[in-house]
Amino acid sequence: MTTMIEARNVEFSFGSTPALRGASLAIDAGEIVAVMGPSGSGKSTLLHCLAGILVPDAGEIHFDGARIDARSEQERSALRRERFGFVFQFGQLVPELTAAENVALPLLLGGVRRAEALRTAHGWFDRLGLAGLEHRRSGELSGGQAQRVALARGLVAGPRVLFADEPTGALDSLTGEQVMDLLVTAAREQGTTVVLVTHEPRVAAYADREVIVRDGRINAPDRVAS
Amino acid sequence: MSVPLTLLGLLEQEPRHGYDLKRDYDTFFGRGKPLPYGQVYSTLSRLARDGKVVISEVEAGAGPDRKRYVITDRGATEVDQWLTQPVEPEPHLQTVLFAKVVLALMLDRPAEDYLDTQRRAHLQRMRELTEVKRTGGLVDALLADHGLYHLEADLRWIETTGARLDALRRTVRP
Repeated sequence: MTTMIEARNVEFSFGSTPALRGASLAIDAGEIVAVMGPSGSGKSTLLHCLAGILVPDAGEIHFDGARIDARSEQERSALRRERFGFVFQFGQLVPELTAAENVALPLLLGGVRRAEALRTAHGWFDRLGLAGLEHRRSGELSGGQAQRVALARGLVAGPRVLFADEPTGALDSLTGEQVMDLLVTAAREQGTTVVLVTHEPRVAAYADREVIVRDGRINAPDRVAS
Repeated sequence: MSVPLTLLGLLEQEPRHGYDLKRDYDTFFGRGKPLPYGQVYSTLSRLARDGKVVISEVEAGAGPDRKRYVITDRGATEVDQWLTQPVEPEPHLQTVLFAKVVLALMLDRPAEDYLDTQRRAHLQRMRELTEVKRTGGLVDALLADHGLYHLEADLRWIETTGARLDALRRTVRP
């Protein structure tokens, strides 16, 4: 199995407060990995480092065989736009846009023509049980609907890696499980690797395996990158 | 799972032969642990002895398993009481998990490692149950949910205990 994304001895501090203290993790292509740990353990910081949002103070991040943490902000931004997808705890949809326009956003930013981007976006509404909601704005959607729209936006451009940070954290358990079921099904169909940050065991149980972040280090002795 | 009361409940729904009782029990309550025929018939015998079921007919020319069992008023009362009373909430203070952690600390063994191992085992089981939910029907999903919520409660206990190991060590190794 090919390693898709990897952290090697990553250290990161917020000012004088260390968040990651030598975290190492290798995730295979197509794998769904849950990153768990108590509040403040560094799991979201790890996700942001893996995704190229934060640059580690020490250590390396590799994506698809190439080191990415040493690249410029512009290059990392392009990488995030073209290769990565994101879903956060709160959908963070653009309120002025319709649901379909929100889903189409990554395609539009990637230079796809508007008509084509919207056509592709509309295809995701049936797939995620959102048919008929294409023209609603985020304020007219329930929490579960908004998060499914956010999921479609995260996957619409066919990312190699989907980063999901507490994607069900704002949902009740039944709605959260529906979102997780859709996330896992869509990711498997596309062969997308998923880094899933969660503190909820029932959400982590949708992943292939879990790693535990504790005090800025990763407790996964059998799979730590060499 | 109380097998006698569950069988009684099925008989309250409608009279059944032993074979049908076993089939329906396995379908709704067995979940990979089918009820042995021997246990079905020994349970029915005890229920008949105690006046909770009666045998309504024996089909001509049929074997002993063609007896048809009917619940009595006494049996129905017992089912009614069972279904209206809550299960005793168990405090789980003396579970195996607790005993292992305390003993590990008493014996100066790595309780943290045990908790990590237990967490992995719990999450693996939760993955299996989640797959059952994703691929099975509603009955499977609801039973899997019951297991998932209990495992999740254990995991919360594991996290809390893990955060308090130093204090617990001082308590059990004064």
